[in-house]
Amino acid sequence: MRIWASRLLGGLALAAIAGPASLTAARAADTIKVGLVAEFSGPFANAAREMDNGIKLYMKQHGDTVAGKKIEIIRRDIGGPAPDVAKRLAQELVVRDNVDFLAGFVVTPNALAVADVATQAKKPTVIMNAATSIITTKSPYFVRVSFTLPQVTAPLAVWAAKNGVKQVYTMVTDYGPGIDAENAFKKAFEANGGTVVGSVRMPLSSPEFSAYAQKVKDLNPQAVFVFVPSNDQPAQLMKTFAERGLTTSTIKIIATGDVTDDAVLEQEGDAALGLITSHHYSYAHDSALNKAFVAAYAKEYGDFRPDFVAVGGYDGMAAIYAVVKKLKGKIDGDKAMAAFKGLKIESPRGPIMIDPETRDVIQTVYLRKVERQNGKLVNAEFDKVENVKDPGK
Amino acid sequence: MLAHLLGVLFDGLAYGMLLFVLSVGLSVTMGLMGFVNLAHSAFAMLGGYLSVTLTQRLGVPFLATLPLAFVGIAALSTLFERLLYRRLYHAGELDQVLLTIGLVLMAVASCAFLWGTQQQQVDPPPYLFGYFSPFGIDLGFYRLFLVGVGAVIALGLVFGLERTRFGAKVRAAVDNQRMARGLGIDVNGVFALTFAVGSGLAGLGGALAINMVGLDPNFATKYLVFVLLVVSVGGLGSVGGTFAAAALLGISDVAGKYYLPEAGAFMIYAVMVALLLWRPAGLFGRR
Repeated sequence: MRIWASRLLGGLALAAIAGPASLTAARAADTIKVGLVAEFSGPFANAAREMDNGIKLYMKQHGDTVAGKKIEIIRRDIGGPAPDVAKRLAQELVVRDNVDFLAGFVVTPNALAVADVATQAKKPTVIMNAATSIITTKSPYFVRVSFTLPQVTAPLAVWAAKNGVKQVYTMVTDYGPGIDAENAFKKAFEANGGTVVGSVRMPLSSPEFSAYAQKVKDLNPQAVFVFVPSNDQPAQLMKTFAERGLTTSTIKIIATGDVTDDAVLEQEGDAALGLITSHHYSYAHDSALNKAFVAAYAKEYGDFRPDFVAVGGYDGMAAIYAVVKKLKGKIDGDKAMAAFKGLKIESPRGPIMIDPETRDVIQTVYLRKVERQNGKLVNAEFDKVENVKDPGK
Repeated sequence: MLAHLLGVLFDGLAYGMLLFVLSVGLSVTMGLMGFVNLAHSAFAMLGGYLSVTLTQRLGVPFLATLPLAFVGIAALSTLFERLLYRRLYHAGELDQVLLTIGLVLMAVASCAFLWGTQQQQVDPPPYLFGYFSPFGIDLGFYRLFLVGVGAVIALGLVFGLERTRFGAKVRAAVDNQRMARGLGIDVNGVFALTFAVGSGLAGLGGALAINMVGLDPNFATKYLVFVLLVVSVGGLGSVGGTFAAAALLGISDVAGKYYLPEAGAFMIYAVMVALLLWRPAGLFGRR
């Protein structure tokens, strides 16, 4: 009796393991898996959520089947800037879940950590946000759809120099993108006749900006160039500036669009009015595609505004879909990368193209001013520079 | 030059006062009961979210939410103390750390779920916005308010500890718990009330912090480090020590960022290391 029972249990156990496994094998042939590795919890959770919303919205609008295959997103949470965790998650996705693509990455250190995994496993990896120049050079399987700091900073520096700004004090956050922004600004600004009178690098985990704001006030430069990553820092920085009267003083404040990220702009309130920034996406961008995108996003996600990170997720999926379609559902690492190169996408931000040489994004950079339209704060575009390549490479 | 220095000292003091209000509860309860409550910063965060909910959903004016945050979090912490902390009073420190860190993680996830991951804000009254410049030193109104609140709380606590019967019981229990029990002092009751007041102050600190450093679900983990810094430098069980440590660390942080921006954020840790090397039990610590 006991032997019979144990044999039955053994048989059942075997069936239980083998059954789903065989089902998965059958399913696997018809699914394209995308391993989405992002910082869903921790200090960049808000950005990761915007990215995920963009991805989900794209899939909702365009269906989840391409070239006869179902697109499946497997999400993994890095929990913050944790390169070792990002690498481990990417490895697991490649080895255990057999993903066809890797995607995501809000912050640079996490993206950089995955380079070796992508190269060794030959997995096309779509960088949907991380914005330091060197990222795409670290692996031939990296392709970026978002932006780089030098790409959006250089046009701002040129504009400033051509519009009467002669001296600038730069304030950036001390990590990859910040240093990129500082160097790119200095290079472009000085090439156009300006002088950088001083610079400061603020720590990434800076809860308090009073010392930096006071320094600006005491130095009293003609203009200040600012870059801080968009989550909690922009609102705090602008509030601290406003409290000390810097936003209403004669000092001109210019910044990259991260400081006036659409997702946090309302929280900065009137402190941000009149701020001139440069970036690749504004929620108020006047195109039919963007209006449809914003409306669809509002319908799905209520009070949240889509921002450049959401667009990164959205366009990242667009790129993946385009490549899957081109390859007719048969994903091979090298063929996928060849398909990404030169890919053109019409994005809610404007037209973008993947540079065949660097696998980085070429796009239009807009100059915007923060204004109140219909009672809401928006980045109103007033000028643009087209086909900007990443000058950092 | 002098105006700059005084301005930096003032800003540092204001930041220090915020750290003081956030940390004093932990210092006293750790000194009193030896209970390592790492969830202290989570109580602060919850106080902040309580203040946000009151102002945004119920339209309560910001200043009125401050005492409400104090009372609300004091009550909440009493609940936790009854249900959870009581069981681990005589357990090892590791168990206490595990429990309270678990509570922090749960608090972070709950706040992210309930209020979302974005930055929260409150609307202090307009007279707390901006600054004035006596003798060329910029004094922000909100920072003046923080200094005022910190000073009042410090004086209140010192008065309470030195001049009231209850305060005497607290000091006795901190000095020598066994002896205090032997003399008939209800140490558990003293601790329960002190814990409630301390956590309430953390909640108040969280509400005060929103306008100065922002509020999001990661507040608990970010500020745990600073709170522990202040408590370890100040010495356990000492209000004066926490005050001195908070002021010192706040000023080092702001002065460091102003005068030595490259080493800016490191100053606070450098000062901590130096002070602990000089006084391992903290500035006013006992053991």
